[in-house]
Amino acid sequence: MRIPDSIVPAPLRRPAKPGEGGNDKGQAPADLKTSPPERPSDVQRVSDRAKEAPADVLAWVDQRAGASGFLTGMLYRKVPKGTNWFYTLGSATLFAFIVQAVTGVFLAMFYTPSPTQAYASIAHINNDVFLGQFVHGMHKWGASVMVILIFLHMGRTFFFGAYKYPRELNWVIGVVLLILTMMMALTGYLLPFDQRSFWASIVAINLTGTGPVVGPYLADFLRAGAELGGTTLARFYAIHMLLIPGAIIALIGAHLYLVVKLGTTAPPWVRAGKPKAAAPVSQLDAGTEGNGASPAR
Amino acid sequence: MTRRHAFTIAAQGIGGLAGAAIVLPAVGFAVAPIFHRSKERWEAVGPLDDFVVDTYRQVVFTETEGVGDAGKTTAYVRKGSKELGENPNEIVAISNRCAHLGCPVRFVEAAGNFICPCHGGVYDFQGRRIGGPPVRPLDQFQARVRNGQVELGPRYSVTSQLEPVRARDPGEFTGGVWEYLYPPRPSTFPPPSG
Repeated sequence: MRIPDSIVPAPLRRPAKPGEGGNDKGQAPADLKTSPPERPSDVQRVSDRAKEAPADVLAWVDQRAGASGFLTGMLYRKVPKGTNWFYTLGSATLFAFIVQAVTGVFLAMFYTPSPTQAYASIAHINNDVFLGQFVHGMHKWGASVMVILIFLHMGRTFFFGAYKYPRELNWVIGVVLLILTMMMALTGYLLPFDQRSFWASIVAINLTGTGPVVGPYLADFLRAGAELGGTTLARFYAIHMLLIPGAIIALIGAHLYLVVKLGTTAPPWVRAGKPKAAAPVSQLDAGTEGNGASPAR
Repeated sequence: MTRRHAFTIAAQGIGGLAGAAIVLPAVGFAVAPIFHRSKERWEAVGPLDDFVVDTYRQVVFTETEGVGDAGKTTAYVRKGSKELGENPNEIVAISNRCAHLGCPVRFVEAAGNFICPCHGGVYDFQGRRIGGPPVRPLDQFQARVRNGQVELGPRYSVTSQLEPVRARDPGEFTGGVWEYLYPPRPSTFPPPSG
C-alpha cells in the first residue's frame, strides 16, 4: 500500500526513480501567466490548510529529529533480485519476540514469584482472570514458536551463505540472541512452579553443575544456594523478565542496524548479472541530468 | 605528560570508580549465595523401633525451609546391617535424589534395588550404582538417635567405596581426581567423620 503524498512531508516521500518526475525546473506553466487563478475563498483556504495538517505535524517532528534521511534510507533501501519469503523469517522471529514481550507484561500483572504462591497465581490466571488462559497460552506456545522461528532464520542465513563477509558480526550477534532466547526458555519454564517445571529446572541446573571446576559454582549461582528454593524462583523470574529481555532488545537493535547498513544477500541461485547490467556509479549520481539513458535495472 | 592527558586519565579513573561502585555491590549481591551455608538442620522422622535392618522405610522431611512442599525431600531409612559390614548401631539414610540428574528414585522391594524412572539408573541395596547413567552412588543424610527418635541432618555424597565426602550435585563424580574437578562448595556441610 502506498501512503498518499498529502500526509507525508516532502523529505520523507519516496524518492523519484531516475527518469521520472521533477522536470518543472521552477517554471510556472504558461497559462498561469496569461490567466492567474482567482483568490481562493476563506473556507477553501482553511480546508486546504487542514488537509496539510498531518504533513505539517510530521514535518515539525522531522525538523527537530532529523530522522527523515535515515528513515528514507532504511525504508526504501534496495533489496537484491530473488528476495523471497524465506527472508521474512527474521521479521517473524522479531514479531514472536514482541508477542512474548506484550503477553509477558500482562502475565506479570497477575503472577507472584513466590514458591508458595506461584502455582496458585498461575491457576488464578488460567481459571479466573478474563482471557487469562488465552494470554498465558499465547506466551507458552509463543515461546516454542519463537525458538522454532529463530532456528529457521538461522538455517536460512546458513544455507543462503548470508553469514559470509561482511556479515560475520551479524551472525555472531545472532548466535548470542539464540543463546539468550534459549535462556529465556529455560528460566521461563520454572515460573509456573508445578511438578514439571520444578523437576525440569532441577535437571537443567544439574546439567550446568557437571561442567568441570566452575560447574558446581555456576549451579550454586543459578539456585542461589545449595538447594533449589524460593530465591531460585525469584532469581529466574528477574533474569526472565528484566535481565535477558533488555539484552535481547539491545542486540536486536544492533542486529537490525547491521542488516540495514550492510543490506541483504541474494539467494545463492541468483547469478551475478553481466557487467553491463550494473550502471556505472557516475550515471547513478547523475540522475535525470544524464544523457537520457536511464540506468539499466 | 600533558595537562590534557592527565585530565583524561583522571576522568577515566573517576568514571571507573563510579562504575565499580555500582557494579561490584550488585555482582556481590548476586553471587553471595554461593558462599552462604544455611544453618544445620535436624528433623525427627520417627521412633527408632519403626526402622528395621533388611528393608527401607520411606520418610519425608524438610531440607530447605520457607519454600513449602518444594523444600521437602525423601529419604530411605534403615538400621545398619552387620552382614553388609555396617555398624548395627548406626542408621543408614539414603537420599532418593538420583546421582545422574536429580530425578527421584524409588526403592523397589521385590528387586531390592533403587530404580530411577527418568533414565534407568539402578542402585543396589546400599545405594551403589549397578546400572544406567549415574556417576556415583546415591547421596546419604547424616543420621542420629535422640530420645529414641531417629533424626536426619545434612546431606553428604559418597565415593564408589561409600566413603563420605561433601555433598555434590547430581551428575558430578566423587573420589580421586574428581574431588578437584568438582570442588566442594562452601554451601555444603562437611561430611561425617569416620
